[in-house]
Amino acid sequence: MSTGASETLLESEQAPGAEVPGEIAARSPRELFWRRLKRDKVALVALGIVLAMVAMAIFAPLIVKLFGLPDPNIQNDDLLGDFGEPTGPTSAHWFGVDERGRDVASRVIYGARGSLEVAFIATFLSVTIGTVVGMIAGYYRGWADTALSRVMDLFLAFPVLVLAVGLGVACADGCLGGVIQPGLNVVIFVITLTTWPYIARIMRGQVLSLREREFVEASRSLGAPDRRIIFREILPNLVAPIVVYSTVLIPQNILYEAALSFLGVGVDPSKPSWGAMISDATSIFEDAWWFMTFPGLALLITVLAFNIVGDGLQDALNPRTSR
Amino acid sequence: MSEALVEVRDLVKHFPIRKGIIFTKQVGAVQAVDGVSFDVMRGETLGLVGESGCGKSTTARLMTKLIEPTSGSMKWEGREIAGLSRREMVPLRREMQMIFQDPYSSLNPRKTVGTIIAEPFKIHGIGDDGPQRKKQVQELMERVGLNPEHYNRLPHEFSGGQRQRIGVARAIALKPKLIVADEPVSALDVSIQAQVLNLLRELQRDLGLTIVFIAHDLSVVKHMCDRIAVMYLGKVVELASSEELYSHPRHPYTGALLSAVPVPDPRLARQKQRQVLGGDVPSPTNPPNACRFHTRCPKFVEGHCNVEEPQLDKKGGGGGLAACHYPLSDDEVARRVPTAAA
Repeated sequence: MSTGASETLLESEQAPGAEVPGEIAARSPRELFWRRLKRDKVALVALGIVLAMVAMAIFAPLIVKLFGLPDPNIQNDDLLGDFGEPTGPTSAHWFGVDERGRDVASRVIYGARGSLEVAFIATFLSVTIGTVVGMIAGYYRGWADTALSRVMDLFLAFPVLVLAVGLGVACADGCLGGVIQPGLNVVIFVITLTTWPYIARIMRGQVLSLREREFVEASRSLGAPDRRIIFREILPNLVAPIVVYSTVLIPQNILYEAALSFLGVGVDPSKPSWGAMISDATSIFEDAWWFMTFPGLALLITVLAFNIVGDGLQDALNPRTSR
Repeated sequence: MSEALVEVRDLVKHFPIRKGIIFTKQVGAVQAVDGVSFDVMRGETLGLVGESGCGKSTTARLMTKLIEPTSGSMKWEGREIAGLSRREMVPLRREMQMIFQDPYSSLNPRKTVGTIIAEPFKIHGIGDDGPQRKKQVQELMERVGLNPEHYNRLPHEFSGGQRQRIGVARAIALKPKLIVADEPVSALDVSIQAQVLNLLRELQRDLGLTIVFIAHDLSVVKHMCDRIAVMYLGKVVELASSEELYSHPRHPYTGALLSAVPVPDPRLARQKQRQVLGGDVPSPTNPPNACRFHTRCPKFVEGHCNVEEPQLDKKGGGGGLAACHYPLSDDEVARRVPTAAA
């Protein structure tokens, strides 16, 4: 189909590449990302811990059964001491027993469920809301940007803990027409409400710079509607920051959940959570150090691992900002 | 080559400069394009040249309706399109396409070449996803001199010249009538420039394209264009056929530009009186009165050039137009641009 001229062009321009056997293929961004991540041993270990924690949360019942631990909600008075006091770690109950005769190890394992569930759902929601709002503000600019940015400022100005405790009390019987049920839902709601503006701000800034790129202009000159430009042209370029900020947000939200549970917001006794366990343990800390120590350690390790993974991802995705 | 495909009349684009955060007020305007008129004939290549900041790219974006003009009219095949809404423009988008300056920024880095070239078909709902479309895209890739096997590669795996070919393939996908090429080769190596230019010429011949070719490099324009419009500070100062502009420039600005082109023959070069313009281009926020070139013009006449604005009309023997009260004579041209007269 092409004429002589373009064939000579073909040769001269593509001489070193193309069909020559033993061609050196360019590395895709994904390959480069993996190569850089693999070099970061600390992040890989942390990633292992994170995956283990997630597995622990998902397979909590299996793990508990495997190690022959009692169900987390079984209150067995026989396990308590002579005076009804909690007992320390033994070979049968590695992390000891709490004041109601419940196995702490079993509760810590199940606690991963509550913590990670809240952290993942809240992170997913706030990243979704934040990205959509940020993209709209950044893409349309003008009054839409002004209005949405002021709304973000408003949400950032909320006193989070006061709001959470208040909502926890107010939503004891469910609020917003039953959308928000008491329990972990309140915690998820509060966390989402207060963290989406951070994501929205970051995404707004990214979109402001992306929308000036020529490929967006090219798409407009082809007659693409805004919706297509936003979701098909701009969104794929936001994947890296979304991944990085999600991994930063997850540990933050795990801590958030712990703090809110500690304050008694959304406490559902049938669902063990690390924050709630630490809260329960404070009153008997002097007699039963194990009751507070093990959920606290679980929290510490998980948050630390997530943070290190987040740093590793950041470095691997943006090599130019490396330390 | 007679009928006008696009008629541009008194096109103006002022970008407002605003101050304040909440209570904004306009404190001025960048007069990027200020009353530009020209026709683009069917099948021709019209060159737009000028220094950076003279409004070339803004004119390109006005012509493809990527930005709305402040005032003025633009007719497409006799139909006014200056005020059309985005939705009304969609069917017309198939007929006018743009090639962008920077091949590194004009392709979405997250999409494969196949997806990028298939985009025009998807947006205009032509055909459906499947082997048919893949075949179409691969034909286009072959057409612009790319290996169709590289369908699934990402833009970063290509060189600058190859990327520009991808941009060309995307632009010709819908078989447009007009292509506006905004400095399509200025980001490329000189050796690659010629290849892309030849590709454009070849496509023009085969597909009957009309091209508006924007550049700041006079030699590139000479190679490509039938007619050339020279712009200075948002105005067209000279509009003539390619041979005439190079042999008999009428506007002193064009004369100065041509005089800056190096002469390969040392004997001729010694004869040449190089015309060096003093100073810088004045700010487009506050352009000079009347003739915008008067602050730097070697033929400036006090009381005339800075009072009365020259109109773009016939000067000298040829058919070219120039906006100048005191156009260059043949004698002056011969001294400044010895190659032109020879």
